[in-house]
Amino acid sequence: MNDPICRLRPTRIAGLALAVALALPAVADIGQVKTRKGQVSVERKGQLLPAEVGMALEASDTLKTGPDGAVGITMRDNSLLSAGPNSILSLERFEFDAATSQGRFDAQLQRGTLAVVSGRIAKQSPQAMTVRTPSAQLGVRGTDFVVSAGE
Amino acid sequence: MNRRWHAIASLLLAALLAACASKPQGTVVLLPDSDGRDTALQVRQAGGELLLDKPYAAAQLTDRGPVAASSSAEQVQARFGAALAARPLPPQQFTLYFVEGKDEFTDESKRAFDSVFGEIARRPVPDVLVIGHTDKVGTDVFNDALSRQRAEVVRRALLARGIAPDNIVVVGRGKREPVVPTADGVAEARNRRVEILVR
Repeated sequence: MNDPICRLRPTRIAGLALAVALALPAVADIGQVKTRKGQVSVERKGQLLPAEVGMALEASDTLKTGPDGAVGITMRDNSLLSAGPNSILSLERFEFDAATSQGRFDAQLQRGTLAVVSGRIAKQSPQAMTVRTPSAQLGVRGTDFVVSAGE
Repeated sequence: MNRRWHAIASLLLAALLAACASKPQGTVVLLPDSDGRDTALQVRQAGGELLLDKPYAAAQLTDRGPVAASSSAEQVQARFGAALAARPLPPQQFTLYFVEGKDEFTDESKRAFDSVFGEIARRPVPDVLVIGHTDKVGTDVFNDALSRQRAEVVRRALLARGIAPDNIVVVGRGKREPVVPTADGVAEARNRRVEILVR
């Protein structure tokens, strides 16, 4: 693909840069909290934040649910992850190119229960998505599964 | 007498060891794909590997490696009901089509727009990605602007229906990503479109 940016006038480039900057918060996120029940928090860079519906997620975030908690998230590649009570789920690595569907997604369920529907990353490349537990590694060829850890 | 106690003790020891050896570390169950696509899961542990490739095929995770098992909808519901109930609505994709060279919906797409709006409205925190495209008639500059205008038409229509601006991201891709590949300069109705991803 040739680069259209090179052929744009400076004013258009400024406009484009502004558009990109405005779109950035949504683009830099790896996913979003879509459902939440009971106590759910997100550990981010050593801080514990309360998880709210609509909250944007970042790579390396760890979701923790309480005894009455549950949380559902939609990733940018359309993967759906949802965890039940007493769960710890780390979004260790997430890279996704929306134009090519190429990427890498590694998550770890340290404890609890997790339901997964894989998205565009796993569909594009069956080696590109893994879900780990403390004792196992799941290679996700697609699409819908549940896993528990630490029982 | 002594011998009998030995026998009992060694049986107990064996049972204990067996219990330790198969100490459960978790469960994995492959579920049926909601759209009937092929599904599979490779389960890897230090002690071995197992491929799950049928709905409700399951693996018990143990310190000796995965042990093949089978599960059922009822068992999955009992153990994973809370996690499944928290699952977000699946993302939906829509395509709306445009009149040649213009940012006007075709008549059919005017009607289809209602279902897009309905899908957005039933989500507590929708995020909507609107991607405009053109066919290959005209220059890159013209088509970049037109694709963006088409996406903007969708955005304005959604705003008019009360969708929050923060939830909508608009992109114009010009003529670079046709669904129907054509030579440059060819008018193709199926390429004059806006794709709308509702999550």
